[in-house]
Amino acid sequence: MRSGLLRFVVRRLLFAALLVFIVSSGSLLLVDAAPGDHFSSFDLDAATVAAERHRLGLDRPILVRYGTWLARAARFDFGESMKYRRPVAQLVLERAPKTALLGVVALALATLAGVPMGIFTGSRRNLIASAARMLSIVVVSVPSLVTSFGLLFIAARTGWLPVGGFASARDLIIPAIALALPIAATLERLQSEALSGALAEPSVRAALARGCSPRRAIWRHAFRLSLAPVLAIYGAIVGTVLSGSFAVEIVTSWPGLGALMYDALVSRDLFLVAGCAGAGAVFLAFGTLASDLALAVVDPRISEAAS
Amino acid sequence: MIPTAKSSWLPSVAGSSVRRAGVALTAAVVIFAAIGPWLVANAPEQQFQEYVFAPPMRPRIIDASGTPRRPFVYPLRLVDRLERRYAEDRSQPMPVRLFQNGSLLSVDAGAPPWFLFGTDALGRDQLARLAWGARLSLGVAVVAALGALAIGTLAGGAAGFFGGTLDEALMRTADFVIALPALYVVLALRAAMPLVLSQSQVFWTMVVVLALVGWPFPARGVRAVIASERTREYAEAARALGASRTRLLLRHLLPAARGVLVAQSTLLLPAFVLAEATLSFVGLGFGEPVSSWGTMLRDAGGGRTIAEAPWLLAPAGAIVMAALAVNLLTAGDSAHAAAHPTR
Repeated sequence: MRSGLLRFVVRRLLFAALLVFIVSSGSLLLVDAAPGDHFSSFDLDAATVAAERHRLGLDRPILVRYGTWLARAARFDFGESMKYRRPVAQLVLERAPKTALLGVVALALATLAGVPMGIFTGSRRNLIASAARMLSIVVVSVPSLVTSFGLLFIAARTGWLPVGGFASARDLIIPAIALALPIAATLERLQSEALSGALAEPSVRAALARGCSPRRAIWRHAFRLSLAPVLAIYGAIVGTVLSGSFAVEIVTSWPGLGALMYDALVSRDLFLVAGCAGAGAVFLAFGTLASDLALAVVDPRISEAAS
Repeated sequence: MIPTAKSSWLPSVAGSSVRRAGVALTAAVVIFAAIGPWLVANAPEQQFQEYVFAPPMRPRIIDASGTPRRPFVYPLRLVDRLERRYAEDRSQPMPVRLFQNGSLLSVDAGAPPWFLFGTDALGRDQLARLAWGARLSLGVAVVAALGALAIGTLAGGAAGFFGGTLDEALMRTADFVIALPALYVVLALRAAMPLVLSQSQVFWTMVVVLALVGWPFPARGVRAVIASERTREYAEAARALGASRTRLLLRHLLPAARGVLVAQSTLLLPAFVLAEATLSFVGLGFGEPVSSWGTMLRDAGGGRTIAEAPWLLAPAGAIVMAALAVNLLTAGDSAHAAAHPTR
């Protein structure tokens, strides 16, 4: 069983490597194929542009350029950013941890708020529970882009919170909450449904019939059963976090991967686009893998089926 | 028995009061997008230079002296051009007219303009821009969702019906697309086009890009339904009676996937509305002078502008209303809370 799990992990890592390769190559070729390049937006004299393009190898055919980039990427040299005039790897390594920090804090906040709420609403049928349920449906409908605008407005009006940037831990509050809210509501809905489903399971009914207290039935029996569907969604949620953080980072000027990707795209910074897209794929792959592993720990049948 | 068209979602919609609220809100959003542009008094691109950052002007029924009267608005007067402070001119109430000058609510033609939702940095009527923007924002989302459902039905139908290598290849592709960082792919695809495009090019670029990213979700759902339905007795019976493969698939099997398609569209639509808003917000979607909800958010700018002119957040409210309408419709169905139910 242990070797099965190992094989499962290795296979997923290989798939992740393939994914990163295709995503970064694809975005490089796509942006390269677009009309115009980094230098067409500047008012430079032709000789300077030609020299700079020659230095970066942009004057050679696209396949040669791609081949060179690929050969270098195999040695972990992902080229130089045209805008920042620094190695792409350096820039990505500088920015990606900030997105990771934002994502992890948001996920933790969402879990701490959403799962207990879901357990509450899933095990009770009263006015407060249905009000909480309603609130979640509303919050699910408010995307992070909108939430971050709303929080910025509150921050600017009241002066309680800094309005963006990256100077202290306090700057994390707005982007993290904006990112966490819709996810918390999603988790609440999911946990609530999973728990009420689990409470209807024959095993839990039997426990209740045996005279087991409702509290024990919820926490000891039903909660365990409800864990699998909730954990399964985390893989998808990592994607939501990544997409959501793009908008949040730009609105709140959080200097993460999304903001860097945006810079790269707007200034047609080829290698930086490829680097950011590849880093995004890495994030997603690791998030999904972590979620699958957690799932395999909770429900051993899953890794057995996979091996 | 052959499932008929009636066995779908419609009867259950009217069930709970939450759903009724969803139906009402959906209808309101659709009507706003469909006929809204004809009901607003000002043109979306018209710049009222005397009314830059004018606050919303609310209709009243009680005037300054405390006497009730028919609905009216106080016109705005610029008090301080630098600080953009406005004051209500209490001496000249403008009566609100219903269905005049070709719009639902307006003031008399010669009177000062009325901005129910205020104006933006260029003095443009927010309500007019919101109404015209609804068409673009919801239009992109609806067409892209239809595209994703069409591709998904084709791919999923073929995969489930024929099985074998085709099934394997199509579903591997679908899994691969799902595993991609969606927004990054959308951005890269968009970046492959020239930065400056005509508005209709932007529209179709976004539709194609979103459909390409969104199709795997319906495809997996449709495949699952078709693969299980084709072994059911009614399908066997139809085949035994000599139904061609095309007829079997189109007439008998695909109708069974309708529920999946409806469920998927309720997930794709809010996601696509948000995608349009995000792309336009960062400047890779619609651009000036066209208004979509995303470009309006872009115009709203950063924290300081919003603090001064919160009414610029109206498009954010519109995005929420559209998403809420769909989410209320499906409230109570299990698995709808999940962002991607097909995992």
